[in-house]
Amino acid sequence: MGKKTINVDSLGELFHKIKSGGKRILAPVEKDGVILFGEVASYPEVATGYIQTVFSAKEAVLPRFEEILRFSSEGRDVVIEEESNKPVPTVVFGVRPCDAKSLSVIKAVFERDYPDIFVQSKIDSTTVIGLSCVNSDEYCFCTSVGGAPGDTAGSDLLLTRINDANYLAEIITEKGESIVSSAPELFSEAGNVDKDRHLAQVNRQFDLDELEKRLPALFESPLWAGQSLRCIGCGACSFVCPSCTCFDIQDETDGARGIRLRCWDSCGFAQFTLHTSGHNPRGVQSKRWRQRIMHKFSYQPGELGTAGCVGCGRCSRACPVDMNILQHIKDILEAR
Amino acid sequence: METNVYKPYLMRIAEITEETPDVRTFRLEFTKEDEAASFSYKAGQFGEYSVFGEGESTFCIASSPTRKGYIECTFRKAGRVTKALAAREKGDTIGFRGPYGNTFPLSDWKGKSLLFVTGGIALPPLRCVIWNALDLRDNFKDITIVYGARSVQDLVYKKELAEWDARPDVKLITTVDPGGETTDWKGPVGFVPTVLEKASPSSADSVALLCGPPIMIKLTLPVLSNLGFSPENIYTTLENRMKCGIGKCGRCNVGKYFVCKDGPVFTFAQVNELPPEY
Amino acid sequence: MLAKMRQKAKDLLSSGVVSTVIGYGEGSGNRVRALFIRKPDDADKLILDERCVQNLAVYLTKREVRALGRPAVVARVPVMRTIQQLMFEKQVAEGEVAVIGISPDSQVLDFPDLKSMAEYVSAIPFELSADEKAAVEKLEKMTAGERWNFWLDVLSGCSKCYACRQSCPLCYCERCTVECNQPQWVSVPSHGLGNLEWHIMRAMHLAGRCVNCGDCFRACPLEIPLNLLTQKIITDIADKFGGADEYALNAFKPDDKEDFIR
Ligand code: SF4
Ligand code: SF4
Ligand code: SF4
Ligand code: FES
Repeated sequence: MGKKTINVDSLGELFHKIKSGGKRILAPVEKDGVILFGEVASYPEVATGYIQTVFSAKEAVLPRFEEILRFSSEGRDVVIEEESNKPVPTVVFGVRPCDAKSLSVIKAVFERDYPDIFVQSKIDSTTVIGLSCVNSDEYCFCTSVGGAPGDTAGSDLLLTRINDANYLAEIITEKGESIVSSAPELFSEAGNVDKDRHLAQVNRQFDLDELEKRLPALFESPLWAGQSLRCIGCGACSFVCPSCTCFDIQDETDGARGIRLRCWDSCGFAQFTLHTSGHNPRGVQSKRWRQRIMHKFSYQPGELGTAGCVGCGRCSRACPVDMNILQHIKDILEAR
Repeated sequence: METNVYKPYLMRIAEITEETPDVRTFRLEFTKEDEAASFSYKAGQFGEYSVFGEGESTFCIASSPTRKGYIECTFRKAGRVTKALAAREKGDTIGFRGPYGNTFPLSDWKGKSLLFVTGGIALPPLRCVIWNALDLRDNFKDITIVYGARSVQDLVYKKELAEWDARPDVKLITTVDPGGETTDWKGPVGFVPTVLEKASPSSADSVALLCGPPIMIKLTLPVLSNLGFSPENIYTTLENRMKCGIGKCGRCNVGKYFVCKDGPVFTFAQVNELPPEY
Repeated sequence: MLAKMRQKAKDLLSSGVVSTVIGYGEGSGNRVRALFIRKPDDADKLILDERCVQNLAVYLTKREVRALGRPAVVARVPVMRTIQQLMFEKQVAEGEVAVIGISPDSQVLDFPDLKSMAEYVSAIPFELSADEKAAVEKLEKMTAGERWNFWLDVLSGCSKCYACRQSCPLCYCERCTVECNQPQWVSVPSHGLGNLEWHIMRAMHLAGRCVNCGDCFRACPLEIPLNLLTQKIITDIADKFGGADEYALNAFKPDDKEDFIR
């Protein structure tokens, strides 16, 4: 839809314009050395010089917990009230291309069959200002799962730092266009820019189609138990993952009034599939680890047409016991 | 306008039947007439039943879609929600989301014989099909039901069992495990697979519906196979742990299927293709 | 000492005394990770340096690790303390586990049995470091209101990923209290109240048991200093119970001044 440039010093003004247009801004912020998406009032609060936020931008559309029903009881009657969970017009700034891509996975899950209005309406009211990666680390593998450090997919507007003073601003969607047109004076026409020259180098490490093809035959392989012996079965990998969407549903009450909440859950937890009878179809960690890989790289590609992983590397970075997903995938591909 | 897929219908408990000390059947009626009028479902489908403030629990619709104006569910007091449900009284309001999932293909079975094999608390999903078939009795040839429970006390739907037993167009065999009989028990004593083997119903032009505890299924499958039922002609329902019921929460995922939206009804030909995670 | 540790691992494996040696090896990105050595030849993959701090005793109660047969575990002092505690709690019995002890000055220690390991580790005073003490004191100097706000702020970010719990070798319960819902003791969502309930519960369940290995803190993706809670409890227990023979929760005195216990 067009390419512009914007000066680094103009971002403050752009934030101001966005805010005065009635939108909240979420951006990476640092607190006690940890970088997370949080609401910011102005541009200087935005963190710089990091590879990845610990948690992903998914929280903007699929929060840790959210209300999906509100009710009250009066004697034997129950009244279902209007839920208070309404989308807030939001601009998420500084979304890495991998995170931006993950929004399409989330969208696919929540739109098919029974559209989920809570996720949908949040996606609809969110504008994504992506930020291309100029740096990467050994945990990144976006290019192996169909992404790239400067990929435009999922962003409404994508910024790429092209020199000390300027960002290239690629307008991808109408939402992106409306950001630009809210402050046209801050943007200039971009000349010929070789964007790739400014991007991080992330080498392709494996073939996603090959992985999808090989996985079904490996279901009974002993490799799952070998790989997951050190896995301690926490939910860190799922919670930091931008494309994990599994959840739990819980009621909370205060007297006669109550709410029903959707909360993040993880297939890594022992209780996830536990039946009331005590039977557990995935009773040991190796089966849960296998499910994580199978779901993302075998089942989801078939079902959604996209893998459930965007190669952000967060799970590997966050894992307390160094379960490195990229290494594991490479080993899986080598298994005979 | 888009609707909230997690919003349940409000249902009134119209009738409570105590099947066994810990198993109950509720008859539920819609509190809103328009909802009652527009609601429809098919045999095999399930729903999420909620006690507001406690949560939701998953079980099948146990009544037949041919009976209009209400649904019935049968559940055992086990977890937080089912215990809270059991504490409800006639006239109380509970929630129901559904119907969800696929169905038994009854219309494909026209002109065939139906064999129901089931045990314990697994009769409810088949009870729905049984009544559905009985209400359309002319569509089917023989209807045979083999039902077993641990003891006489554990048999559910006792009144209906008597009713089916009295019908000339139904062959019902009710059995209890050895040691579970009472002094006045007149039926057979023995496990379902053995009793089924003895009864040896014909597999010609017939489909089998098999629901029960895992061990019963495991021991009954070879018997059915010996009788000549192919895996394509044996149907079951899978009972994975569920939360959302609509293919979102991920809990019931088995291989490429979500039991909630692609099941719960599967043939054993399909089950055999699944990873053993049910 | 590295050579000695590897040799010891080899000997234990080749003599058939153990079927697995749980130790440390190189991981990704300058990290180390737990290794499960099954063959004597693989013992050369074991390493030992200042990065090797994960409390490997967490694997002693893991079902799939137990299924491998008798393990030996590379154990620095906190790991040895954990094994001792697991013995108090009847989770590990004499003969079930072999220990390749590592002294505070990184010497490899030989223990004929767990009893001698326990004697060794009991003789080393269990104390917080100077920094840890300072942090606890800072907490104690706060007013109740300040402390409340401090914890609300610190814990508000918790996502309930339970990495802290899962990394803790003493959180071995098959069903944690947060997963019990009849009644629902702790609310499931990671909101302010739910997080407070969870962390207070966690800390209380570790009272007198926590060995201050620091794994919960290291496991937390958000770097929440949740071990400050257990460190405060360690301080209090030392003050109020002093040298209990086994561990504080196991100590019962008929003349206890609290009457809830009677
Ligand atoms: S892979 Fe790591 S982060 Fe994921 S469950 Fe296992 S220990 Fe936790
Ligand atoms: S699975 Fe890991 S690498 Fe893939 S998207 Fe999720 S967190 Fe990122
Ligand atoms: S590891 Fe951190 S975020 Fe996870 S439950 Fe523990 S304190 Fe919360
Ligand atoms: S019950 Fe949620 S996905 Fe099936």
